[in-house]
Amino acid sequence: MTEPTRPPAPADHPEPVVEMTDISISFPGVKALDAVSFRMFPGEVHSLMGENGAGKSTLIKALTGVYPIDTGTILLGGTSVQFHTTAQAQDAGISTVYQEVNLLPNLSVAENIMLGREPRRFGGIDVRRMKGQAAEVLAGLGLDVDPGALLGSHSLAIQQLIAIARAINVDARVLILDEPTSSLDADEVAELFRIIRALKESGVAILFVSHFLDQVYEIADRLTVLRNGRLVGEYLTPDLLRIDLVQKMIGKEIATLEDLEQRVREDAAAGDATVFLRARGLGRKGAVAPLDLTVHEGEVIGFAGLLGSGRTEIARLLGGVDRADSGELTVRGEAHRLRTPRQALSARIAYSSENRRTEGIVDELTVRDNIILALQSDRGWLRPIPKKRQQELAESYIQALNIRPANPDALVRNLSGGNQQKVLLARWLAVAPRLLILDEPTRGIDIGAKAEIQKLVVSLAENGMSVVYISAELEEVLRLSHRVVVMRDREMVADLPNDDLTVDSLLALIAEGDQTELPGHESGERA
Amino acid sequence: MNAALARFVSSRLFWPIVMLLVLFLINVVAFPGFFTITVRDGNLYGSLIDILRNGAPTLIIAVGMTLVIATRGIDLSVGAVCAISGAVACSILLGASDPAHPGTVAVAVLTAIAVGLVCGLWNGFLVSVFGIQPIIATLILMTAGRGIAMLITEGQILTVNSPPFKVLGAGFWFGIPVAVYLGVFVFVIAAVLTRRTALGMLIESVGINPEASRQAGVRARVLLFAVYTFCALCAAVAGLILTANTMAADANNTGLFIELDAILAVVIGGTSLAGGRYSLTGTLIGALVIQTLVTTVYTVGIPPIATMVFKAAVVTVVCLLQSPTTTEAFGSFRKRLALRSGKGVAAA
Repeated sequence: MTEPTRPPAPADHPEPVVEMTDISISFPGVKALDAVSFRMFPGEVHSLMGENGAGKSTLIKALTGVYPIDTGTILLGGTSVQFHTTAQAQDAGISTVYQEVNLLPNLSVAENIMLGREPRRFGGIDVRRMKGQAAEVLAGLGLDVDPGALLGSHSLAIQQLIAIARAINVDARVLILDEPTSSLDADEVAELFRIIRALKESGVAILFVSHFLDQVYEIADRLTVLRNGRLVGEYLTPDLLRIDLVQKMIGKEIATLEDLEQRVREDAAAGDATVFLRARGLGRKGAVAPLDLTVHEGEVIGFAGLLGSGRTEIARLLGGVDRADSGELTVRGEAHRLRTPRQALSARIAYSSENRRTEGIVDELTVRDNIILALQSDRGWLRPIPKKRQQELAESYIQALNIRPANPDALVRNLSGGNQQKVLLARWLAVAPRLLILDEPTRGIDIGAKAEIQKLVVSLAENGMSVVYISAELEEVLRLSHRVVVMRDREMVADLPNDDLTVDSLLALIAEGDQTELPGHESGERA
Repeated sequence: MNAALARFVSSRLFWPIVMLLVLFLINVVAFPGFFTITVRDGNLYGSLIDILRNGAPTLIIAVGMTLVIATRGIDLSVGAVCAISGAVACSILLGASDPAHPGTVAVAVLTAIAVGLVCGLWNGFLVSVFGIQPIIATLILMTAGRGIAMLITEGQILTVNSPPFKVLGAGFWFGIPVAVYLGVFVFVIAAVLTRRTALGMLIESVGINPEASRQAGVRARVLLFAVYTFCALCAAVAGLILTANTMAADANNTGLFIELDAILAVVIGGTSLAGGRYSLTGTLIGALVIQTLVTTVYTVGIPPIATMVFKAAVVTVVCLLQSPTTTEAFGSFRKRLALRSGKGVAAA
């Protein structure tokens, strides 16, 4: 492989703090990294770009001592290192915040921040000093969080910021942020970027991995692009046009998502579909206020709102994951109670959780077992799906959804986040639902897979399946939905046809609500 | 050939099998007649036959325990269930006018198994309906069970005289001990029930990620009921074998500590206590390791007072060999070997 040309080092810090050369790592059946070189300079934000399975996470894990490298060298500050544990990497000044929050929800915020380096007193932990130090760290980040509160009582976004606080608290020369913004809102991202810039000024080398191109272009000085475990090249951000970057990442012309929008528009014109599901006064105390909802066959309904606005909560009621304590529900005109996921599935409603890792995949089972799981449990244990049919199912979904590695016997644990998401989608598609509820199906996955999933949603709806689509990315919601339901503070504030909605008008609704759009809703509340 | 060997070395069954072979070797060295099997009155006798026969109760319980452990659970009450089942059978035989009548024995055996079923339902009820942690839920029956057995035997050691009953523990069919048939029967039943149906995959799924399984429509509650009931049934059968072997129901001592042997057999067989993927074959080998160990104590001539310490030492070695650290070290050692002997193996 010819060595790609490299842009020059920054003038004020000519020596890289991290220099990884010709790193290769293989897993059973996969070459995850193939002679990849990567370097980081002090005082620079470096973004690692690539699709799912490109090797971003693997490269990070090679640097932080999670995976041993097969070949290649790692220089840290000019000396050769090889970490066997993350603790060794941390001691050497490499701090990492992973994609999924990796903290202990049953401990306090202070304990999480100070874990492993608690101030000691008389052989025990000096709780007061620990809280004080944690409070300082939090204050330094401008976070108004009680260090004594349990971590689990905070939202995912706050937990993410606390994870960053924890990483910063170590004297880090290198700070690795793997998808730190996937659960943050715009203000929180701005806050994070302020912190990143301050750290950069102090000479820390920051590795910033994100699928949000806007954020990458805003914060990153330098980019390294990987594709299929190989190095594509290293670039200075201002020198690389976005369109070129995306092409380097996916290695082919981008399928234009605008086509999708067009298809949704044309489809919407057909209109007058039969009602699949109708909910009246459906709600659950402490989760979501009673609301009315109608889902037509072949319709895509987007749920928009902030985290905790009730968008996920209402979806969980529809999927039988949580029990509604008020309201009634009809499916195809017949009254139904969705008290368990099993009942929802038998009404042919499938819910794909936003928590892919904890509520979605069964990570130590194979891709095949994960795909057939819901179908199999619907058939009951006495009627196993014949081995041959299992194989056919797995192979057809691997092909249709482009799951990598294309091996039905691979453990799902060894797949990248986007591919795990596709396996999960395959599980729900295998039961042939009439209503598919997708909660953040594109979170933390790359552009290529995002586009694939969105295309899939459109074609499913064209074939008559109803889809509830929940995403923090409003562009996605607007692109795919025939109708948009806006949630705010656990209430439905709008239920609008997607005619002339824009991201800005949707943002306004999410932020302010717009009572004039829903006169019935308001009067209903007063009554 | 080399690839097959490499696969075997990296399989979970490698260390248990090595362990078993090492124990066999020690026995042969200490007692050259270890592998000798003689035929007397058409029946097979020998150390290996003894290991299979005496290991049957542990194997039977370990098979049930494997499924319980696969769901992230544990069943501490199996020893107590053994005692209950033996007590029920013996008290029925004692109360009958003709304990040697096959019909009476059948009633006694079936009643004992039915009582085992009730015990299992109780455990399953506590774990799946009330969501009590399995170790606590089964601790209840572990403690109460021997008390219940004591009430059934009225505090006595019930000695019975019933040749058809004795067959279960000490009899032979076609030259092979009846207990061995029972062990094989339970093992095959479990294997067919879980691996020929979807049960095994669903059990593993619940053990790995209960919430994801629930959302996929898996009936975790029913599965938990099923595995605890099956485990208690296994314990009841094992209790019958143990009781029939001595022809006495002893509420205090029947199946004492057998839960620990069964758990050890499962662990030695490579099934993680954290739940998830399980191996019944591993459990089979684990049970044989445990029983061979007991035999080794006698053949090597270790004094009875040191037996427990010896057993603990061997178990420690097996667990250390299977620990993640050792596995990793061994893995990198193999990789280096493979690199040295050419890159082809590493790619495969």
